[in-house]
Parts: sequence; structure tokens; C-alpha cells
Amino acid sequence: MRNGSSVEVRLPSELGFEKVAMGTAAGMAELMGFSKERIEDLKTAVAEACINAMEHGNKFNDAVNVGVVLSSNKDELEVKVIDDGIGVGDKPALPDIDRKMIGEEDPRGMGMFLIEALVDKAEWHKGPPGKSFVRLVIRLDKENS
Amino acid sequence: MQAATKVSQRTATTASGENVAILSFTGDIASTSKDSIMEAYHGIDAGITNVLLDFTGVDYINSSGIAIIIQMLLEAHTAGHRRIGIFGLTPHFMKVFNMVGVAKYATISADEATAVAAV
Repeated sequence: MRNGSSVEVRLPSELGFEKVAMGTAAGMAELMGFSKERIEDLKTAVAEACINAMEHGNKFNDAVNVGVVLSSNKDELEVKVIDDGIGVGDKPALPDIDRKMIGEEDPRGMGMFLIEALVDKAEWHKGPPGKSFVRLVIRLDKENS
Repeated sequence: MQAATKVSQRTATTASGENVAILSFTGDIASTSKDSIMEAYHGIDAGITNVLLDFTGVDYINSSGIAIIIQMLLEAHTAGHRRIGIFGLTPHFMKVFNMVGVAKYATISADEATAVAAV
């Protein structure tokens, strides 16, 4: 694959379509030579980013899409997931299973934690409508780390 | 767009003769799975103290789906008399379940035989 190759996908703001982005990201990562394990990490991170964009960014609005831009860059794959919202403010606290088990914390709220844990870099950028995005980077040289 | 979650229930017996309920899932485990999973869990005989969740037929789990499992663990933990075990996860989702702390409240095994033996 040529360095700088890019793929773009536009998803309806409807749960389930995140799997289209997962499949696209997996295909691109496979072409770049990522291991099966790292591809699984990437798929989950991309899915969670798309779900957040559909739910919190686009509020499941049928009229707006989630944009997913995948770019190969030397030994890393960058994924931008773009929505129509105002971006992430303060990041939620890390999930605490003990607090969840006594009902002090919502059982949900693990998406951003998983994204950060599964890729090498995750950045949330605030912007005007249609410009807020999360940027994920996964590196080939971290294969065995 | 999400693949409907199907849940089937069967019973296994431990070496000591205790009955264990097994809920087997197929399809996606996501927010849309809540009713089917929790209805199946609530339908288990109250006298059963060990429940195993079989993910062998599941390809896709997201954080909302994991939250449903945590909700089930919370109910079992609150009731105080029921233990939950999990098996059949892919290596990736075994890692994810460990990351979010599920393994602290549920025994995670590779396969059914190991899970039943761990009861």
C-alpha cells in the first residue's frame, strides 16, 4: 500500500453502522500488515468512537452523518471520526467496576476508556458543527508491546 | 442494523451434581440486546445459584453490551446468592472484559468444560 493512502466512509447516525467502519478499518490495517490482535483492538476502538459520534455528537439525527477518514502514514494508521456535535468537554472519570457494582456509577460509560486503552494515541478535538472529531493512531512498531 | 441477540438456556451438571444454568448468546451484544439478555436471566429458576454466560456464538460486543453484563453482575451481587461465570469469549474480548474489571466479579474461562469445573 502506498504511504498516504486514504479511505473515507460516511455512516448514518444509526447504531449498527459502526460495523461498516470496523470492517473498513480492519481491511486497511490488514493491508498495512497489522497483526490480528492489533486489528481487533482497532476494530473495537473505531466502533466505540463511531457509537459516541452517533449518540453524543449527532444525537442520532438522521439528517447528519458520521465521517470516518482512514489514512496510512509510514508505519501508522490514523483514523478520524467526525461528527456534528460540539466535541467532548471534560473527559469522564475512569470506569470503576466497584462503584458500578454498588450502583454508584452508571454501568455504561466505558467507551472513551476502551478507545484510549486499545490504540496508541487518542485525541478529542472540539470544533464547530461538522468539525469535531476524535483522532486515533495505531502503530505498526507497537505490535509486540 | 444490529444483529438481533438470541439467547438460549440449557443446564449443565457439575462433578458434585449441582445444576448450572447456561445462557448461550448469538448475534451482537449491544444496547439493543438488553431486553433479551435480562429477560433470559430473570427467567432462570431462583434456586439456581450458578449461571454461566456462553459467548461462543458472538462476534461483536460493544461497551453498551458489556454494560448489560455488568447490570446482570450487579443484580447477582445485590441478591447475594448467585455467581456468574463467563466462557467462549475471543482472546480480544477476554482482554477487554479484564480491562473494564468484569473479571473481578465473574470467573472468565476459555470454554464450557473449564467454566463448569470452576463452579
